[in-house]
Amino acid sequence: MIQLVINGTAENIDVDPGTPLLWVLRDTVGLTGTKYGCGIAACGACTVHVDGEPVRSCVTPVSTVAGKKITTIEGLSKDGSHPVQRAWVAEEVPQCGYCQSGQIMAAAALLARNPRPTDADIDDAMSGLICRCGTYQRIRSAIKRAAQTAAGEG
Amino acid sequence: MGEAINAGRRGFLKASVAVGGGLLISFYLPGCATTKSTPAVAEPKPAFVPNAWIRIGSDDVVTLMVASSEMGQGVMTAIPMIAADELDADWRKVQVETAPAARAYYNPIIGQQLTGGSTAVRAYWMPVRQAGATAREMLVNAAAATWQVPADECHTDAGMVIHKSSGRSLSYGALAEKAATLPVPETVFLKDKSEFRYIGKSVPRVDTPAKVVGAAVFGQDVRLPGMLTAVVLHCPVFGGKLASFEADRARAVAGVRRVFAIDSGVAVVADSFWAAKNARDVLQVRWDEGANATLSSEGILRRFQKAAQRPGAMARQTGDAGRAIARAAKKLEAVYEVPYLAHACMEPMNCTADVRQDSCEIWAPTQAQTGTQNTAARITGLAPEKISVHTTFLGGGFGRRSEQDFVAEAVQISKAVGAPIKLIWTREDDMQHDFYRPATYNQLSAGITGKGELIGWHHHIVGPSIFARVFPAAVKNGIDSTSVEGAANLPYAIPNINVSYVLDDPGVPVGFWRSVGSSQNAFVTECFFDEIAHAARKDPYEWRRQLLKQHPRHLGVLELAANRAGWGRPTAPGRHRGIAVAEAFNSFVSQVVEISISEHGKVRVHRVVCAVDCGIVVNPDTVVAQMQGGIVYGLTAALYGEITIKNGRVQQSNFNDYPMLRMNEMPEIEVYIVPSTESPSGTGEPGTPPIAPAVANAVLAATGKPVRRLPIRIS
Repeated sequence: MIQLVINGTAENIDVDPGTPLLWVLRDTVGLTGTKYGCGIAACGACTVHVDGEPVRSCVTPVSTVAGKKITTIEGLSKDGSHPVQRAWVAEEVPQCGYCQSGQIMAAAALLARNPRPTDADIDDAMSGLICRCGTYQRIRSAIKRAAQTAAGEG
Repeated sequence: MGEAINAGRRGFLKASVAVGGGLLISFYLPGCATTKSTPAVAEPKPAFVPNAWIRIGSDDVVTLMVASSEMGQGVMTAIPMIAADELDADWRKVQVETAPAARAYYNPIIGQQLTGGSTAVRAYWMPVRQAGATAREMLVNAAAATWQVPADECHTDAGMVIHKSSGRSLSYGALAEKAATLPVPETVFLKDKSEFRYIGKSVPRVDTPAKVVGAAVFGQDVRLPGMLTAVVLHCPVFGGKLASFEADRARAVAGVRRVFAIDSGVAVVADSFWAAKNARDVLQVRWDEGANATLSSEGILRRFQKAAQRPGAMARQTGDAGRAIARAAKKLEAVYEVPYLAHACMEPMNCTADVRQDSCEIWAPTQAQTGTQNTAARITGLAPEKISVHTTFLGGGFGRRSEQDFVAEAVQISKAVGAPIKLIWTREDDMQHDFYRPATYNQLSAGITGKGELIGWHHHIVGPSIFARVFPAAVKNGIDSTSVEGAANLPYAIPNINVSYVLDDPGVPVGFWRSVGSSQNAFVTECFFDEIAHAARKDPYEWRRQLLKQHPRHLGVLELAANRAGWGRPTAPGRHRGIAVAEAFNSFVSQVVEISISEHGKVRVHRVVCAVDCGIVVNPDTVVAQMQGGIVYGLTAALYGEITIKNGRVQQSNFNDYPMLRMNEMPEIEVYIVPSTESPSGTGEPGTPPIAPAVANAVLAATGKPVRRLPIRIS
């Protein structure tokens, strides 16, 4: 048994310890907001937070995150009210939407450690992720909007 | 009031009382209602036949059906906007439902339920407007009857029928049940464009909220009670077959239920994806690699070069290009090549199937509901109407999801196992077992007179045919229209134009890839045009203007893009401009790019100015998004895209060796829409064709050397 804390809830998981966190979230826990895109940490669709840091869950053995605080897209906010989610709606970012959970989690982690990111900061934080629909320009605008919103509220 | 339409008289619109009360507007699309091989759908059937398009409940909720697949292009918002507009519905009360697979939802342009060819808005535009207008008129008639006033004294506004002089009003919900008992009007009036309340306004997409909280259900996210997960080991060589396999180790992996042969390889069924994948990794398989075992990219090129010696079939014969070029003062020749390309949808292929004795249910991210039904019917032996298809959200489509390979596997596996199964392809499966954008080999020649007039153009295309596989009857006189689109319809005023085509298929499966033939032909033709302009010392924009005088819509987008980009004005140091224009799917797009080239020869695109004319625009922000997306898709291909073959296998496997454009390489894109009163035309694909030639033409401007092969590599 491996104990995980996912979105604030403790879960006891009985899987092979080498199983990637992604498949534990999707197949065992049933949280399907985190997506499978490549399996080799090359696209970022599987990005979740582990103790607040963005992590590629597709290459993270579940045993290495035992007891750590895991946040998925479902746990970023209760109702889509996180400033990044609201900015994503305001900028109409998603097209197919498949990569957007990962994009949002990466952006939220960026803004948590750097509330006023420059374009270069955004490039650094977001270039590990792929959007095949080509929404990058709107992602950049949404990150800037979320930064402004958060600054206004803070 | 706009156009009067005899919808009721044509008999395809039906009104009835909805289950639970309210008005149900149903119709079969004209032209699809009957065919010789199938019985007339209008015949009464005991079972429920899904054909509803509009449902108005007594609670005022208006449910609008979408027959097309939502794959990012915004169709789930655009089609309901069209219906809601004619219905004069209150958008806040609108609910959107994805239609099941049924004849009533056939795309009238394609003749089956399929999302492709950038057709959704243009195909459903009129029938959905008619349905909305009919429902609205019936609600007005119901109110008039209730109040005992003439119908023409009533008007509608946002879900209400209003009798102004008496100050009375009733909501659509209150009128729905009565309206359902009234006759369908023989003639309805469609709105004049000036009366549109939603069409032409940027309405927020209905799917966005679910997509920012991880709640949107894609095919990968389907979960059913008792469901197992399947993976398939495919033969790495195209056309190869399973010879034998040894599965003791695979079966020993914890959680594995079944390992068995299917048509396309070896299926592994397990309790979870990870167990199935681990078991597949330890399968031992011998393949009969077949005729393609030695196929290579080099061999394919040699084969194309040889095939190019054949004259081919004529796709366009205006004058005599050969003679004109032979007599020209200056003659240019070039060979252009484009590679095979993978679609690389973000969501790898997958399908969930539950095959029972007398039914089959499928949950699929598919562009092809009718195809899915037919595929499952063939494998199960059930009648197509026994196959229910639930279309999930699609994590990208781009043409790949019109194919049936993943559906066939899921159905075959569920049938064998006797349980619901979710088939998941890995990224590697997805990249190495695609239906690729055709590679082509193009010989071009052109003649210029002593006065600098372009008098002859010959384009000789060699490549495989998509239709030869999916719709052989569409290959006519040796011509696959998708292979020559964007080439045979060259718009320039050149007195002698010949376009010929040699169908030559080396054995790599090919399929529809965003913008199809125009994806390669716009590159070939627009780049060769710039080569000629360069040789004739003409400005490529001004020369295009001169030769496009008979094509106002091409000219409109060309001039708009050039003006907004500041064509002719000096660029910043180290920056170079390129321009291209293309027609695809009845829409017109021109793009001007600004690039720089690093000392290592890496091309960086800084800015793209895009002008589009796609007729009447339903949702402008979606059109902008589709142009942005189409540009990134085409730019990725132009800079990086190349599938290569060795020993009959695809050499690329994942995003590490089939790279994608990323945030740090993203140009600033500006999109301008030409105002138009023409009928709506395509938007999902037309943004893609011009970007590769615009960038390549900027490279020509920068270096003086043409780019004749994709992806762009500067030595």
